[in-house]
Amino acid sequence: MLRLFLHSQLQLGLAQAAVAALVALAVVLLARRRKIHLEAETLVAMARGLVQIIAVGSILVILLRAPRWTSAFLLAGMIVAAGATSARRAKGMPDAFRVSAWSIAFGAGSVIALMTSLGVIDTAITSLVPVGSMLIANAMNTNGLALNRFRSDVLAHVGEIETALALGAEARSSVSPQVQASFEASLIPAIDSLRSLGIVWIPGLMAGMLLSGARPVYAAIYQFVVLAMIFAASGLTSLTSTMLIRDRVFSPAQQLLLQPGR
Amino acid sequence: MTETWQDDEYMAAPPTRDPIVLRADHLGRAVQNKILIQDATFELRKGEVLTIAGPSGSGKSSLLRLLNRLDEPTSGTVFVEGTDYRNLEPRELRRKLGMVTQRPYLFPGTVAENLQFGPAQRDETLSCEAIEELLSQVGLTGYGDRDVAHLSGGEAQRVSVARTLANTPVILLLDEPTSALDDAAKLEVESSIQNVVHNQGLTCVMVTHDLAQASRLAERALLLKSGRIVRDGPVGEVLHA
Repeated sequence: MLRLFLHSQLQLGLAQAAVAALVALAVVLLARRRKIHLEAETLVAMARGLVQIIAVGSILVILLRAPRWTSAFLLAGMIVAAGATSARRAKGMPDAFRVSAWSIAFGAGSVIALMTSLGVIDTAITSLVPVGSMLIANAMNTNGLALNRFRSDVLAHVGEIETALALGAEARSSVSPQVQASFEASLIPAIDSLRSLGIVWIPGLMAGMLLSGARPVYAAIYQFVVLAMIFAASGLTSLTSTMLIRDRVFSPAQQLLLQPGR
Repeated sequence: MTETWQDDEYMAAPPTRDPIVLRADHLGRAVQNKILIQDATFELRKGEVLTIAGPSGSGKSSLLRLLNRLDEPTSGTVFVEGTDYRNLEPRELRRKLGMVTQRPYLFPGTVAENLQFGPAQRDETLSCEAIEELLSQVGLTGYGDRDVAHLSGGEAQRVSVARTLANTPVILLLDEPTSALDDAAKLEVESSIQNVVHNQGLTCVMVTHDLAQASRLAERALLLKSGRIVRDGPVGEVLHA
């Protein structure tokens, strides 16, 4: 229907963005009726997301002619930003930003490096940056979920953890159940994405490849490749962040630092 | 770095008196400018049963947590058997100062598995006989194979006491072990503690808000107010003054 009134692609895009934002805001209003207040966070997140993606789109236009190594800087910048974003999901956790940034850098970075060196990801900026950003974004989400779950699980089980410590358990082993639960929970979205691929959803990358003329079977296989890479990057990130944060919630004298109300 | 008082006092304790096993030395803890414990100094001799009493929020549990270093003192220290506890490996310190918390927090599994937990941390195994012996001390003979999910509150707390004893502690720290229980269960647990402490001559520090229980179990009391020790002496004098 929008296409009847808007003929410029830019105008159409903005109108489509406005409609999608309105739907999202309607959900926020519904939540508000149930006394769940997401207004400020959602508005800021949507505005930021729109500005950021337009900015990246504009930069990509410029970078199309830039040397290939510039994508490394772009991806590094994305990792830092991803670290800062997911660290916000771990309020009160010691060293959350550094843990997040290192985990995403190791998890997503090593998968990107390996796959690029094996030729699975093309080194062209137009391929490496979008695919790399997908891995980083998913690693960021996984990291945020892992830290958030770990924090809430530790706070809910302070008594059990301190009982284990009081019985002479090593700090690391006293939070093993919480580390395991947060690792498993953080990977649920990645596993579900793989499980439902092609049945529940056809991801954007595949649609884009089909539109740009790729053979459907190759587009489908490559989509699986991307999701498998996302799973690997997310898993490695979660494994790293839960291991790093596990050590940081204890003092050198093996005292639990994460306590309710502290 | 080992402090020197052990040589002077711990080793040279008069032969007629039991040796000092614990000494809190100007112990203090403040969190975000809030003083929880201030300048707590006291000694505990082998076999002594000390109760820490005081109104709610006076710092009783905070003091107990400082003794086994679950929290870090911001001033002072504790000497355990003559050694500054900062020089002890935290896991070994906590084995020596076994703690029983207000709620039992049993780990999922059987009673025997819970008793095995402490020794397993040191790669030791507890024999079936040792498990039965510990259970008999708390009046739970034959409970080894029971799932902890099916225990009553009083039974669970007695398993918690036995689990702590499985670590062969030098000092038993009890943090209001009966406050979450009904009267019948409270008596069962108290009787188990009395049996363990008095029959084995175990040194014990017990936090309680129940003055009658403190009088029944302890011989000496510390009275805390706003994080400071305001009285230290025989339980009858301190609690009923």
